[in-house]
Amino acid sequence: MAETRRVYLDHAATTPVHPEVVKIMDHYMLEAFGNPSSIHSFGREARKGVEEAREQVAALMGATPNEIAFTSGGTEADNMAIQGVAHGRRDVGNHIITSTIEHHAVLHTCEHLEKAGYKVTYLPVDKYGMVDPDDVKKALTPQTILVTIMAANNEVGTIQPSAEIGRVVKEHGQAYYHIDGVQTYGNWPVNVDDLHADLFSASSHKIYGPKGTGALYIRKGIKLVPLVFGGSHERKRRPGTEGVPGIAGFGKAAEIARETLDQRIAHNTALRDRLISGLLAELDYTRLNGHPTQRLPNNANISVEFVEGESMLLNLDMKGIAASSGSACTSGSLEPSHVLLAMGLPHEIAHGSLRLTVGTDNTMDDIEDVIATLPDIVRRLRAMSPLYADKIKGHSAAPLTPAGEEHHHDV
Amino acid sequence: MYNDKVMEHFRNPKNVGEMTEPDGIGRVGNPTCGDIMQIAIKVKDDRIEDVKFQTFGCGAAIATSSMVTEMVKGKTLDEALHITNRSVAEELGGLPPNKLHCSNLAADALHEAIKDYQAKLGGSNGNGKDKPADGEEKDKHEGQDKHEGQDKHEGKDKPEGKDRPEGKDRPEGKDKH
Repeated sequence: MAETRRVYLDHAATTPVHPEVVKIMDHYMLEAFGNPSSIHSFGREARKGVEEAREQVAALMGATPNEIAFTSGGTEADNMAIQGVAHGRRDVGNHIITSTIEHHAVLHTCEHLEKAGYKVTYLPVDKYGMVDPDDVKKALTPQTILVTIMAANNEVGTIQPSAEIGRVVKEHGQAYYHIDGVQTYGNWPVNVDDLHADLFSASSHKIYGPKGTGALYIRKGIKLVPLVFGGSHERKRRPGTEGVPGIAGFGKAAEIARETLDQRIAHNTALRDRLISGLLAELDYTRLNGHPTQRLPNNANISVEFVEGESMLLNLDMKGIAASSGSACTSGSLEPSHVLLAMGLPHEIAHGSLRLTVGTDNTMDDIEDVIATLPDIVRRLRAMSPLYADKIKGHSAAPLTPAGEEHHHDV
Repeated sequence: MYNDKVMEHFRNPKNVGEMTEPDGIGRVGNPTCGDIMQIAIKVKDDRIEDVKFQTFGCGAAIATSSMVTEMVKGKTLDEALHITNRSVAEELGGLPPNKLHCSNLAADALHEAIKDYQAKLGGSNGNGKDKPADGEEKDKHEGQDKHEGQDKHEGKDKPEGKDRPEGKDRPEGKDKH
């Protein structure tokens, strides 16, 4: 197949590594390759790289460097926060509050803790995928030791009222507040004090850094039981020889993000808005998923009715366009996205979801390409869809539609 | 993820579209699982003369639909009823394990279309849609046994569609036919 121009629109999954990041990683692999715990010059150079990165990563969230522990990524940071608090505060209480739209790194950790005897409240969301701080307030009990709610949803892009939730948690006084900030960190302004966060997870590879590195912000005074035991690395919070190149790369990526955040947001927002308006104008029976305004600047998530997500992805991929979907077939299970279902979307519409996430490497030409390409794909797939045939014939798809409201959205 | 043959059927599906005046139509699947397949057949002298499919579903669902229409064209009804989910998947050179539930549907839809045809045939003989009317045709009888087997499974599929481990088991259960 002739390799045409490729368009990458899956930045919420991962991002390309910034060339400056690659450069500094090279340095810490080829020259300053020492073990940061070693006393010699090689070790001291590596230590310098780790501590510089700690400052850079902290600065992008308004934290002090001592409050940052490096991890293997966002998933480990989430686990470290949730399991660390649960195990460390078992004598205080056994109740955890989270939401139904969290990443699996949070949901499956909470489910695991439930099996170990903890009580977990999974708060619902509204049709835009937003948690109501009032629900958090109502769910707090004298047993609550942790509230963990993401800063923004990775699938539909809805930005949560994290600061308001933080205020509610602080009023309670006892519970710690963890934010899975993987999608906002580096893409949206983050300040842990403004958010009232005790713990905040971040990931490197979502912000043009390398994979395999993340960080957990741990507010001074917060005690966690570590997930792993070993040496005194990361102040015993996360033992194991530091992944210096990854950490240094993450630091550089955070620094670039901090310096260019305003431009990044403006760039992504312009592309996202054109993508959303272009696709909704070109395609009928299509809706935007997630909040219309309170959404990540890089996220466009639409549901295209009568078409299944994976078949759209495969067709886009054949045209060189990379995206993702909340359909069951792409999630590896028979159920479509838990996020879309939590927002009340019927199954067949959740199956037709398409997530396009833009990044700094995209141009408006990329967006126009997608707007020009997707409608043909949808027409072709609809032409073979029995659901669409029913629709145009005016048949009700009643036997195949779950009982409930009619979800067709007028465009 | 998919092999070349699956991708070829996905890219250029055969016998796709709506059939005018079909002799039998079968539709299976449910929106929970995200796959709905419809197969329409034209039958002449007990052979499937023409077949068309319409599918809402993933790559495997579209490829298996296309494959089954290729496999069944020109076959007798009895031969068509012997096409199983496994044989469709095998003909495609295999499917990813988590996609096997999709391949279930293509053969099911075909069998439903044949059943629909046979029911109509029964009706045109003036015997209504009751199955016993088919008894006089010997080929049918065998076909019917198969349907019962299919029905059992299909009935099971629906409530358990959400259940992942069950879903995985299904293709195997089916294959035993």
